[in-house]
Amino acid sequence: MAVTTVNGSAQAAKASFLYRPEVRQVIYQVILIVLLGISVWEIVNNVADNLRRQNIASGFGFWDRTSGFDISQTLIAYSNTSTYGHAFWVGLINTLVVAALGIVLATIIGFIIGIARLSSNWVVAKLATVYVEVIRNLPLLLQLMFWYFAVLKNLPGPRQSLALPAGASLNVRGLYLPAPVPQDGFGAVALALLLGLIGSIAIYVWARRRQMATGEQFPILWASLGLVLGLPLVVYLLSGMPLTFDYPELKGFNFQGGMVVQPEFMALLLGLSIYTASFIAEIVRAGIMGVSKGQKEAARAIGLTNGQMLRLVVIPQAARIIIPPLTSQFLNLTKNSSLAVAIGYPDFVSVFTGTVLNQTGQAVEVILLTMCVFLTLSLLTSAFMNWFNTRMALVER
Amino acid sequence: MAIAEDTMRPPVTETGMIGWARQNLFSTPTNTILTLVGVWIAYKVITGLASWAIFNATWDGLDGSACTWEGAGACWPFITAKFSQFMYGRYPVPDRWRVDLTYVLAIAGLVPLMIPRVPGKLWNAIYVIFIFPVIAFILLIGGMFGLPYVPTDLWGGLLITLVVASSGIAGAFPLGILLALGRRSKMPIVRWVSVGFIEFVRGVPLITVLFMASVMLPLFLPAGWTIDKLLRVLILVSFFSAAYLAEVIRGGLQAMPRGQFEAADALGLNYAQKMGLIILPQALKLVIPGIVNSFIGLFKDTSLVLIIGIFDLLGIIQQNQTDAKWFSPSTAMTGYVFAGMVFWIFCFGMSRYSMFVERRLEASDRR
Repeated sequence: MAVTTVNGSAQAAKASFLYRPEVRQVIYQVILIVLLGISVWEIVNNVADNLRRQNIASGFGFWDRTSGFDISQTLIAYSNTSTYGHAFWVGLINTLVVAALGIVLATIIGFIIGIARLSSNWVVAKLATVYVEVIRNLPLLLQLMFWYFAVLKNLPGPRQSLALPAGASLNVRGLYLPAPVPQDGFGAVALALLLGLIGSIAIYVWARRRQMATGEQFPILWASLGLVLGLPLVVYLLSGMPLTFDYPELKGFNFQGGMVVQPEFMALLLGLSIYTASFIAEIVRAGIMGVSKGQKEAARAIGLTNGQMLRLVVIPQAARIIIPPLTSQFLNLTKNSSLAVAIGYPDFVSVFTGTVLNQTGQAVEVILLTMCVFLTLSLLTSAFMNWFNTRMALVER
Repeated sequence: MAIAEDTMRPPVTETGMIGWARQNLFSTPTNTILTLVGVWIAYKVITGLASWAIFNATWDGLDGSACTWEGAGACWPFITAKFSQFMYGRYPVPDRWRVDLTYVLAIAGLVPLMIPRVPGKLWNAIYVIFIFPVIAFILLIGGMFGLPYVPTDLWGGLLITLVVASSGIAGAFPLGILLALGRRSKMPIVRWVSVGFIEFVRGVPLITVLFMASVMLPLFLPAGWTIDKLLRVLILVSFFSAAYLAEVIRGGLQAMPRGQFEAADALGLNYAQKMGLIILPQALKLVIPGIVNSFIGLFKDTSLVLIIGIFDLLGIIQQNQTDAKWFSPSTAMTGYVFAGMVFWIFCFGMSRYSMFVERRLEASDRR
């Protein structure tokens, strides 16, 4: 190395073997591997030693043992005689449900607030700003506890429930909704809905091709709305309205019938979506502001209306800026759903990392498995969003 | 002045307040509806908050019964009665001056550091990074220099929030820099280890890391060794935020023009000199806003420690709400609003500061 020759010693010209960068790199990496190896070895040994002394079993033998506890919200069959492995899946499904709904809700609220912040209407823009600045600067856990302990758990009891429109009612035990009960012939309505969906996708593809070829536009939105909503409605009316509702009724001290959304679930969903929406709003705002002014002026110059400008010029370009940070917000929401443990919603962490760990005492296995599940969820979400992002990316011609 | 009198002034409806309102609030029917709805929402929120927090609030009382009347708003006596507990937890009363002194020393170090015009940034930074933590540790824990020992399970409230957040970020900083450099290193194994660590930590929720601190870390140690629970949390919180900080710092490293690296090489600086004297000072300055934002995130996340039984500000408020003496319908709401105000003031203040730095950096770029 030139640097070493400056040091002026006699053998400088044939620099020491140790001064060659390639050799040093190998040495550094070997040292790193050895250090890591020693630490891992130490930890594994200590864990094995500690487990033996505390008489804790290791391995996944607990997976098939009876759990013996109940879970308040189960979307697949589960009882306290089911296995720990079964409880794992129940918890995971609960997490996925709340994360999926939360993502949809947060995106809707976030886009509305983000666009509102850019509104030319002073009142609307200021309200959206206040929303973002207040919500973003409060811990999520505080918001969840606020919704759960201060709002939903403070509602009146079943006898004084708040009556909501369409036969729903809200009380301290949850939100009671009428449950739809399909009668004979409802299959036809479902079939009509499916046909409507397929038809509207076909129309979308056809209209897009025609516009590319001839420049003629087709009212895709109205046509697909008619197919998706209108067709099933017509079939529903023609087949004699084969859907009845089971309304919740107050009997004695509680409601019977209908379906109930638990307060824990509501609090978690509300908290997660409202919190994440404030971050999404900022992303959307930045994305729209990132579209250069010239694009909007050009759209105006060729006579597009406001809606067309947004739909055809601004949003496709803003989407490229928005999607990558939006992905990490979706991931954050999924990870944050683990805060359910603080308000007692039986999500994956609360069921598995909480109850199962407490009962079996097998901390190492349970926590490693929990981390693996979240890593898998993260990887799957980012893989999907990357695929979506490539599809949306600018096609350079 | 005949000409001036001839010149007609614009109609009053087109200028000033009215003109502005017509253009911005009532330009189209949709806009008018939006304005009216917006004003209605703002009116509802403001009057609702004011009547809850001020007009219908209870201001005096010795227990929850004072706040248990029809239509009662905030229960402020709950906060005043428990205030010192919310600030210090169960820290012994005669020793609370030590916590206050720590706060004063922290402010004395941080405020001049944050104001660009104050000179002596180097010594100031040395005080904040190396000297202050030692003093703070001695003051808070005690057990030497005649200060009585205060075990960490007596700490609580805002003290815990501040200790976890600031030592978390302080511990995360050196590790984050190493990880960021490792991720951009030419040595494959170093790079893989850094990427693996960063992506693993960023893929799991903080709460699993905290569970790890409370139940798994003790198993990692040789028999007979124990580490204080708060210290375990501090270590893992530092690891956790180091991964996020590393990504922020990597952004700064990537933003450095290649010429800076080449110039350092041309001067014959070795790797440590190149990074320490040329690259990092510039790269870190670029990402100060990002670092402040990570700190805000960490500050909000400290509340999660309540799940593993360490009582930070939110945890201690949550714990006190179950106090039967203060049972009332509005106790919970009052507690959360108080916690919210404290968190909000800290986070909002920091985010304003990060925006100020960002504007200043942009201004210096334009020069």
